[in-house]
Amino acid sequence: MKMRRRLTLRDLVDEALSGVAARPSRLALTTLGTVIGVAALVSTIGLGQTASGQISDRFDATSATRVVVEAGERDSPDGAVQATELPWDAADRVARLSGVASAGTFARVAVGGANVRGVPINDPSGSIDHDIPVTAVTEGLFDAVNGVLSTGRFFDSGHDERGNAVVVLGRYAAERLGINRVDAQPSIFIGDRPFTVVGILDTVSHRSELLDSAILPMGTAESLYGLQAPAAVEIRTELGAAQLIGSQAALAVAPNSPELLSVEVPPRPGSLRDDVSTDINALFLALGGLALLVGGLGIANITLLSVMERISEIGLRRSVGASSKHIAGQFIVESVVIGFLGGLIGAAAGVLATVGVSVVQDWTPLLDYRLAVLAPFLGAAIGLLAGTYPAWRASTIEPITALRTN
Amino acid sequence: MTTTSDASPSPPVVEMVGVGRSFPGPPQVHAVRDVDLAIDRGEYLSIVGPSGSGKSTLLHLLGLLDRPTHGTYRLDGVDVSELSEAHRAELRGERIGFVFQAFHLLPHRSVLENVGLSMLYQRVPRRERVQRSRDALERVGLAHRVDFDPGTLSGGERQRVAIARALVGEPSLLLADEPTGNLDSDNVEAVLDLFDKLHTEGITVAVITHDDHVSARAGRRVRITDGTLSEAAV
Ligand SMILES: Nc1ncnc2c1ncn2[C@@H]1O[C@H](COP(=O)(O)OP(=O)(O)OP(=O)(O)O)[C@@H](O)[C@H]1O
Ligand SMILES: [Mg+2]
Repeated sequence: MKMRRRLTLRDLVDEALSGVAARPSRLALTTLGTVIGVAALVSTIGLGQTASGQISDRFDATSATRVVVEAGERDSPDGAVQATELPWDAADRVARLSGVASAGTFARVAVGGANVRGVPINDPSGSIDHDIPVTAVTEGLFDAVNGVLSTGRFFDSGHDERGNAVVVLGRYAAERLGINRVDAQPSIFIGDRPFTVVGILDTVSHRSELLDSAILPMGTAESLYGLQAPAAVEIRTELGAAQLIGSQAALAVAPNSPELLSVEVPPRPGSLRDDVSTDINALFLALGGLALLVGGLGIANITLLSVMERISEIGLRRSVGASSKHIAGQFIVESVVIGFLGGLIGAAAGVLATVGVSVVQDWTPLLDYRLAVLAPFLGAAIGLLAGTYPAWRASTIEPITALRTN
Repeated sequence: MTTTSDASPSPPVVEMVGVGRSFPGPPQVHAVRDVDLAIDRGEYLSIVGPSGSGKSTLLHLLGLLDRPTHGTYRLDGVDVSELSEAHRAELRGERIGFVFQAFHLLPHRSVLENVGLSMLYQRVPRRERVQRSRDALERVGLAHRVDFDPGTLSGGERQRVAIARALVGEPSLLLADEPTGNLDSDNVEAVLDLFDKLHTEGITVAVITHDDHVSARAGRRVRITDGTLSEAAV
């Protein structure tokens, strides 16, 4: 028995390429489905990754570094209600933990019905009553909530310790009081007690009620209004340290009864992004997959048509020694080539679409480069699947039948 | 190879004994019945017969494109009836050259590539394929057409390309089915002259035709009527 002679792979690919290239308009039509499918897949995944990247960027910047400790209460086994108060130095205790960028305490101050006014109580019109809330914070809180002043400065720990009558106004409170500059050291009155305005708070990332209120140093609120204890500790952590700080903060603040404090931490790092990404990607993947299925059916359909059109070519090839396997191989490779080309063009189109949409949306395009590399091979795999049936049909055509057709 | 340089008497190229081919109906057709045919090396044979008499069916059997329903067929002394399809395809590529009435050239492929196609499944190295294709085209007088698209050639030129394709693999047997059926008289002469030339070069040729003028050029004529073969006077 002689050695079985076979077509070399290069010859097979050459034949397939020539067969594909012989009908350029047909090629365009055949690849269209795969181009659309792969482009849809690449751009949807790309846009999914890009979009969820933007979403998580936003979360990362603010929420992911915020930890809040509040005093809580709970029912003890004997039926009594156990409560705890935050210590005055709660912020300092927390600040000692490594991973804390800044911390400060916050409290609402009951001023006994006194109104906040821009002028003394003997205002002749008597009508300018402002229902402005009064709050108290320590110096560190401004930093912890990313406070930005529009003018003036924050009070400092010296004001706090001395119980000075100074105030920082939230921007809305300042508007209502008609104060927009502090260089002339304007005063406001809470009841009949004057306070010097040292700054106006423009923005905060959390606790936006501060913007509506008159903000006193914690020590001032304690000495003038008998504030009992801070209500909450606001902590801004280093990026990625929120989980750790969340687990340590309660013990640091109240070593004797940490379980009585409530600690609010951001979702586990990455879990938010993952959730969003998975949802979006699942949807997009389904859409892209559907488009690919349609593309695959398109290849199968047109390859089948091509087999029928080229029956006499099949007959000829059989007459010059091609076995049925050679015929099947040729059509398979042709449809793999078509799928690969479609995948290549589709990947390019998908990347372009991702970049284009990102530019319009002012996003940073995020695309896993492996996707762009894999896409042509995905196209080839689809070509392989799609070409199997037409190739099998081609291989079962009897040479004498094929040669009779012309 | 195709020459008869062996000292021992070489077997006939074709040896058919009691070969028949029927197509299961309904109605069943006995296209070829009980044919005994031997073709010696270097012979130039014509097969004549009316339309539907079984000429093409016989040619397909001779060329291993089809299997007989009964009888034995030895090609170059090898009984091919029992061989696997893949093996028959290989033998076909190696030993048989076909020329068809309809030329069967691949469109959009150059004349050279069309000729080279015959060696594609024989694992002849690429470089050698090109060289042999050029030589074959020279043999049929088309050296100046190697890079043409077959679509731009005349009918006679196309058939000569097809003949070059059949020759290039150095077959034991050249089979032509109505090779002049689509040609005008000038081109018929050119093709017949070419067959004469190939015959004198020692190639075994079997030509199917219903044209007496064509069959008259062959050294031996057989007639097939209703599937039954008989020797005929030249
Ligand atoms: N695949 C087939 N199935 C059924 N019948 C067939 C088949 N192939 C050929 N036949 C029949 O066999 C007979 C011989 O056909 P064949 O093609 O060999 O004739 P031919 O001599 O070549 O005719 P022509 O000169 O018209 O080409 C015809 O009656 C034809 O109908
Ligand atoms: Mg016929």
